[in-house]
Amino acid sequence: MTAVAAPVAATAPRERERRRWAPLLWLAPPMLVVLGFFCYPLALVVRQSLVSESGEVGLAVWRHVVTSPEFTAALGRTVLLSVGATAGCVLLGTFLALVLAFTPFPGARVVSRVVDAVLAFPSFLIALSFTFLYGSAGVLNAALGGGAGGPVDFLYGPWGVLLAEVTFYTPFVMRPVLAAFAQVPSAQLDVAASLGARPWRVLRQVVLPEAWPALASGTCLTLLMTMNEFGIVLFVGAKDVITLPMLVHTKGIVTFDYPAACVVAVVNVVLSVALYTVHRWVFRVLGTNRAGEGRAGAGLDPA
Amino acid sequence: MTAPAVELRGVSVHFGRTVALRELDLVVGRGEALALLGPSGSGKSTALKAVAGFVRPHSGRVLLSGVDVTDAPPHRRGLGVVVQNYALFPHMRVADNVAFGLRARRMPRREVEQRVTEVLAMVGMADYRRRYPRELSGGQQQRVAIARALAIRPPVLLLDEPLSALDAALREEMLAELLRLRRELPDTAMVYVTHDQGEALALADRVAVMRDARLVEVGPTAQLYHRPRAEFTASFLGAANLLPVELVAAAPEGSDGSDGTVRADGLATVRLAGAELRAEPTGPLPAGTPVALGVRPHRVEVRADAGLPARLLGVQWRGTGFRLELELDDGSRLRADVSTVDGLPAVGERVGVSIPDGCPLVPAGAGA
Repeated sequence: MTAVAAPVAATAPRERERRRWAPLLWLAPPMLVVLGFFCYPLALVVRQSLVSESGEVGLAVWRHVVTSPEFTAALGRTVLLSVGATAGCVLLGTFLALVLAFTPFPGARVVSRVVDAVLAFPSFLIALSFTFLYGSAGVLNAALGGGAGGPVDFLYGPWGVLLAEVTFYTPFVMRPVLAAFAQVPSAQLDVAASLGARPWRVLRQVVLPEAWPALASGTCLTLLMTMNEFGIVLFVGAKDVITLPMLVHTKGIVTFDYPAACVVAVVNVVLSVALYTVHRWVFRVLGTNRAGEGRAGAGLDPA
Repeated sequence: MTAPAVELRGVSVHFGRTVALRELDLVVGRGEALALLGPSGSGKSTALKAVAGFVRPHSGRVLLSGVDVTDAPPHRRGLGVVVQNYALFPHMRVADNVAFGLRARRMPRREVEQRVTEVLAMVGMADYRRRYPRELSGGQQQRVAIARALAIRPPVLLLDEPLSALDAALREEMLAELLRLRRELPDTAMVYVTHDQGEALALADRVAVMRDARLVEVGPTAQLYHRPRAEFTASFLGAANLLPVELVAAAPEGSDGSDGTVRADGLATVRLAGAELRAEPTGPLPAGTPVALGVRPHRVEVRADAGLPARLLGVQWRGTGFRLELELDDGSRLRADVSTVDGLPAVGERVGVSIPDGCPLVPAGAGA
């Protein structure tokens, strides 16, 4: 017995040590990938933004870039476009989800799949198809008889970018909202109606609150993606539409002003991370409220 | 004469090519409790949905208090509905769930508050008004669902298998609660859908038995239990043994018994496994009609010296007693519920069976 017990006792600490380190070994590969392919390049971008063309380290480049009218205009344009596109996506996506979920019609499944298919396309393809449809030499202008430089002339400006972004990103709102609508038991809708609620009230007070987390999530995701959208803006070719990603492209590729490009890129990243943080916070607050553990809802009792 | 609370006239409901309800005629009086009883797929829930307006009849009319509401949407019908899985609004507190229908009716705030307090007290949930549905047990959720339906003071309360999601103990408790509510709300008509005969017998004034999208039989609860006219009613309501018997000689209803087939006490003579028994015809039995004797398991006596010889096929212990599986000499099988098996022979051995006089006699296959 003793002869057997001794090796067991000797190997036990080694086994415990091995078990303690095993999770770290599993963690190491993804950490290395994140560090190597994300953190390190990001650190290089941040460092580059702090070094001027003359080699001085400091905030001179930042001061120069963030106070320039070009940057301010790009920031404003980016926020305006992304908020506008997201609002459009939320309205259109929610409407489509409502139609597909609650007013079934022949072919609804096909429509749903077609909308889904948009998710698989690269964003620039939408911009390209818009050029063929609504461009100055596009199908619509040809049909209206104007030929090149015809009556339809919105594509090469903010409205063109906005429309293309709404078209491309609507499924990102519609899909989660549709899934949330599908989770609402039909008995709830029936009972709400039997209690005297008209369809609009049922939608407002029963359906939408149930879908609220999905809607908020889709909205935040769309806002995040439209803020960083580059392909659509580039392919639409709107001259006056300079967004932050376009400004990074212009500074870095066209004018070779790397430090300035890095400053704009860092601002873009900070905005994205901030949005993501808001997204997480909104999700947590909503989740808590739905669990009935958070702040008081619109209950009858004020206490 | 006041119009009935609910009236269905030849209502049929189709879902695509499936006929979910076939020409249902049904009347529920004011303040009456009617149970729609039947197995899954019998059309009982569809009938309820047709009343509530959740499905549109393919043909027929639905009337509430004499008013044709066939084409009216559910929000114009003013009915209280309670469903199996409660369907409480999960993002609303108990009080808001109960107030939902009152607010939809744009009732003044103070009245809403008053009514919510009143109905929550009625179902014993006054202390839970600030809770969310997920913080309540199944029984509590069902109480809130009932309170929500009652808050709008509906003339008709529709209950679709309201207890089937609860465990046995809670079901008993809620059944007692529903009985109490029935007493407190004598003017509210109830349509109660269930597949549980115990619930139907306990709650309803009348029972409508349904099968395969059709109404098999409707009548007062006691009458349907003791004198079912259809074989299916006898087997589904009370789980009667249906024993094919030979009517010694057919007699028209109302016979004075002079021909010897229907005696002066109203009982007919039938032959089962060679023995003659007296049974009560629950309807006309034209000559040549195959008939079945409905014998409830608890009415079968099993003794060594009883008249009908049988073989004991099996014994099941059921807590309060035993269920015996028996086979008569003519091959008919029947179940008997006894309180003790002391003195009985072993499985496979022969016993004697006694069937009392007065068991219902129904046309075989009726309602099947």
